[in-house]
Amino acid sequence: MTPTSTRLARTLTGWSFMAPALTMIGLFLLYPILSSLYMSTQVGRGLNLSFGGLANVTRLTEDPVFLHALSNTGIFLVVQVPIMIVLALLLAAALNDSTLWGRGLFRTAVFLPCVTSLVAYAVLFKSMFASDGVINNALVWTHLVSAPIPWLTDTFWAKIVVILAVTWRWTGYNMIFYLAAMQNIDRSIYEAARIDGVPAWARFTRLTLPMLKPVILFTTVTSTIGTLQLFDEVNNLTQGGPADATLTLSLYIYNLTFKFMPSYGYAATVSYVIVVLVMLLSFAQFAVARERRPS
Amino acid sequence: MSLRFVGRAFTYLGLAIAAYLSVFPFYWMMVGATNTSADIIKGKAGYGAALWDNFAKLFAQVDMAQVTLNSAEIAAIGTALTLLVSSMAGYGFEMFRTRISERVFAFLLLLLSIPFAAIMVPLFVTMSKLHIVNTFLAVIIPSVASIFIIFYFRQSSKAFPTELRDAARVDGLKEWQIFLYIYVPVMRSTYAAATIIVFMANWNNYLWPLIVLQTNEKKTITLVVASLGSAYVPDYGVVMVATTLATLPTLIIFFLLQRQFVEGLVGSVK
Repeated sequence: MTPTSTRLARTLTGWSFMAPALTMIGLFLLYPILSSLYMSTQVGRGLNLSFGGLANVTRLTEDPVFLHALSNTGIFLVVQVPIMIVLALLLAAALNDSTLWGRGLFRTAVFLPCVTSLVAYAVLFKSMFASDGVINNALVWTHLVSAPIPWLTDTFWAKIVVILAVTWRWTGYNMIFYLAAMQNIDRSIYEAARIDGVPAWARFTRLTLPMLKPVILFTTVTSTIGTLQLFDEVNNLTQGGPADATLTLSLYIYNLTFKFMPSYGYAATVSYVIVVLVMLLSFAQFAVARERRPS
Repeated sequence: MSLRFVGRAFTYLGLAIAAYLSVFPFYWMMVGATNTSADIIKGKAGYGAALWDNFAKLFAQVDMAQVTLNSAEIAAIGTALTLLVSSMAGYGFEMFRTRISERVFAFLLLLLSIPFAAIMVPLFVTMSKLHIVNTFLAVIIPSVASIFIIFYFRQSSKAFPTELRDAARVDGLKEWQIFLYIYVPVMRSTYAAATIIVFMANWNNYLWPLIVLQTNEKKTITLVVASLGSAYVPDYGVVMVATTLATLPTLIIFFLLQRQFVEGLVGSVK
């Protein structure tokens, strides 16, 4: 064979390795997302659809339930993600110390929540946060509160439970990324800083954090995407209640499609809100990370 | 010295609190499995005597053998297919790079950020057009070509010694033989880590099975936990037994293969 034909044969072989995956991605990801875009222009109920142009987009701005779901998702995002990332960073910094006693044990314990399914831990938390449940008992018994907190039946506290639950499940997961990145940092840098008299806290903020920036960016982006898609937890903890206080965009799409009289076109429009938000926020986070890079 | 000592003490205190809060719900789950629903809601934190009662009630309500089998079947077939299809693609993208394939790969990474909620409605419509709603095939097939796993294998393939491939070519092995007999065995730790991640994702999957599996004899253990927990008045003793059973396989895998578990999570971003 001539070199050219060998190269062509190789290229074709290469594509044959990728072909099954690419076909399936086309069928089960690309086609649905384009189909969703088309559906978002359709109005009507069930399979009785007609072209409505931007009617669904107008409907979004006038739909109080959608606006509620959007602001809930925003609150979860703005409150939960930073708390979790700071906690994960602190835990990773503490566990990165090789002289620490019981390091492996602490690490395993903090990581353990990651093995539970989202449904399982949501159901667990629901039982723990029952009005006369174990959490309220402990709080009353230690006199931290005088009366039981209506965790799941109050619009404010229900949001707090969701934030606590998500933080419990994902802090250890993020910590593992930070810990792995910290262990890749050259130790001699710290030695030099220590000799120069740089205090521990400054070593953390001036040395560790800048070097962890790519990982922090990665975890922020994935956490943001995860929070925008929040479904399993809220559906099993509160079913979006009370009074839609924990309704998320994903749960609203599910309700629009499978709970109420199906409104496929409008559901597709709401789903594109998530797509646009994910793209905008990922882009913004990358932009912020680039801007802060020291020149 | 004393300042350092105080700092140390605070570190241990913080870690102890974090570890306690992380582990407590597991303790709560296992203790709950031995208590009556009334005791659980009252926050009883010690072991009770209702374990067999709860078991009996759960098995009377749900065909647990069938449900566990369903979950196992979906997770096993789903994992095997995902690893095959996605590792082949990751291998292809790394070993047979062309200008076009690099562009396709960049495009795939862009698709990675598409939320599942945005495709679930058309996906469901596709499944009903294919007449496979309420089958395991419908649960498994959309996630078989996982961009995340393709990416993971491509990244890991960078460590694959290409001399092995070149030597095999000289020896006259066909490309699929090189993949199957050389790449797969050499990359077994990558496969192990990916297996854990994909198995967990399949076993714990909720939203998509909730949509496509509609009859009781097809339900997975995750769906059963959810429906027991969302009952108007949940029997929490029964719920805790079901939750424990649903969590046990992943817990066992975690403790047996902790290193691969963590490697699988972190490996993809290295």
